[in-house]
Amino acid sequence: MAIQRRAFVGGIGATVAVGLAGCTALGGDESGDQPTISDETLTLTTTTSTYDTGLLDEVNGSFQDRYGVTVDTVSQGTGAAIETGRSGDADVVMVHARSQEDEFMNDGYAINRRDLMFNDFVVVGEPDDPAGIADGDDAVEAFTQIADSESTFVSRGDNSGTHTKEREIWAEAGFDDDFGEWYLEAGQGMGEVLVQTAQQGGYTLADRGTYLSMIDEIDLEIHVDGPVEDGPEILANPYGIFAINPAVHENANYDLAMAYIGFLTSVEGQDIIDEYTVEGEQLFFPRALAEEPNYHQYVPEDWDGSDQ
Amino acid sequence: MSLEPATVAPLLAEFPFEWNYIRSIVRVSLYVSITAVALSTAFSLPVALLVGFREFPGKTLLASIINTGMGFPSVVVGLVVLFTVSNEGPLGSWDLVFTPEAMILSQFVLAAPVITGVSLAAVSSVEQNVRDAAYAMGGTRFDVALVTIKEARYGIATAVLAGFGRAISEVGSVLIVGGNIANADGTSVTRTLTTAIQLEARQGRFRTAMILGAILVALVLLVNALVVRLGNGGGGRYG
Repeated sequence: MAIQRRAFVGGIGATVAVGLAGCTALGGDESGDQPTISDETLTLTTTTSTYDTGLLDEVNGSFQDRYGVTVDTVSQGTGAAIETGRSGDADVVMVHARSQEDEFMNDGYAINRRDLMFNDFVVVGEPDDPAGIADGDDAVEAFTQIADSESTFVSRGDNSGTHTKEREIWAEAGFDDDFGEWYLEAGQGMGEVLVQTAQQGGYTLADRGTYLSMIDEIDLEIHVDGPVEDGPEILANPYGIFAINPAVHENANYDLAMAYIGFLTSVEGQDIIDEYTVEGEQLFFPRALAEEPNYHQYVPEDWDGSDQ
Repeated sequence: MSLEPATVAPLLAEFPFEWNYIRSIVRVSLYVSITAVALSTAFSLPVALLVGFREFPGKTLLASIINTGMGFPSVVVGLVVLFTVSNEGPLGSWDLVFTPEAMILSQFVLAAPVITGVSLAAVSSVEQNVRDAAYAMGGTRFDVALVTIKEARYGIATAVLAGFGRAISEVGSVLIVGGNIANADGTSVTRTLTTAIQLEARQGRFRTAMILGAILVALVLLVNALVVRLGNGGGGRYG
């Protein structure tokens, strides 16, 4: 036992030594490792759900191979990702809350929006299901039952796309602000909230992608499925992508942003999204390619065609 | 939670991007924190000497302000630095947001009060007669400063170490101004040990987070040992 422990300490020591050796060794030949066609950097702000599932590493790796452009991905909640774009610190934004995207477009900061992909939200909770919502096909009804039984519900509480959707469902169920002590606002990312829900016991609303990517780490079950598994339409989770308007923020890297949007909405980019699986499950479904025109992806949903 | 070698070995093999990932994170952590501490020391020592040597009205107030700075919450510093380096902020044209340099700036702000405050205490405790003796022997002000630094070297080393500990272990400000960015191939751009631990924990990979935490503690230990050793062996260097 003692020997084993020493081996572990030795392992950590070796880790540090290798790490330090790498610091000096990597300093000089760093640029040689990467294909550098343009040697430029594109800043993408996006949601924790696209990042934590590992999808972006896959997509960005292909984009970098193709264009030699490094994509710096900052994963935040949808609200924060949009705010970062608003102050001109991002070039391209990928989020999933149409109402917030529309407001951003109306304010003139976002242009060239495209529908990118979709998956769905699922209502997950502890396996013994104290509120008795299992196998329901109505998310609003399930939320009402959670409230009536005063079961713990962990909310993202961070103005993210998932949080926006959750509040929309609560509003449908007739709750606006009058929650009880059973309602917890975590103010954290999806992964953290899932971990918290699993440890505390209770329910939460999660995007299917993050839930599936963490299924090994947490003991939670899907109680209400989304439209991907024929669940209610209210649980649909569409992702949009758009560039920051270079007329508002002059230094926005607009041409690269459009190259990135173009790559993601191309046949190749959509194939990567289509083929991306975690543990054999597809996480995202491509949505950008359609033979029929889809004008609504470019403009706010309530736009009536008039000029201002 | 116990970390048996049997579970650690496969874990290391399963690391998301293995050595490149860890190495680049350690490199970014060290680059940011060591640079920030070096800059803070270069700024703080002269300030500590200046304040420590002189008597002037408001000296106690100034010392209190410096000591308050030691307790700045790192998220607040992160926010202020973010607004400063953001595209719309005063340093917006420098394009610093989400770069290691922005992280250096925020860690500088965090470490400088600690190094100034602790050095000030160390310098002030050097007895007046030591300084008088240096003057009496015909020393210039610079010589007197050197003698003071030599006398206070343990306190100053402690100050630098405290500043380094504050810099490398904080997570709030580097997360905000750095953005926790790693490239698709796993090379860290602005991801440090602390923000990587936060990310791994967010994704429920607690064991990976624990290993990164062990590396962080080992690094801090190593730096402490090095500085203490330098302090013991380099006694004559300042004279």
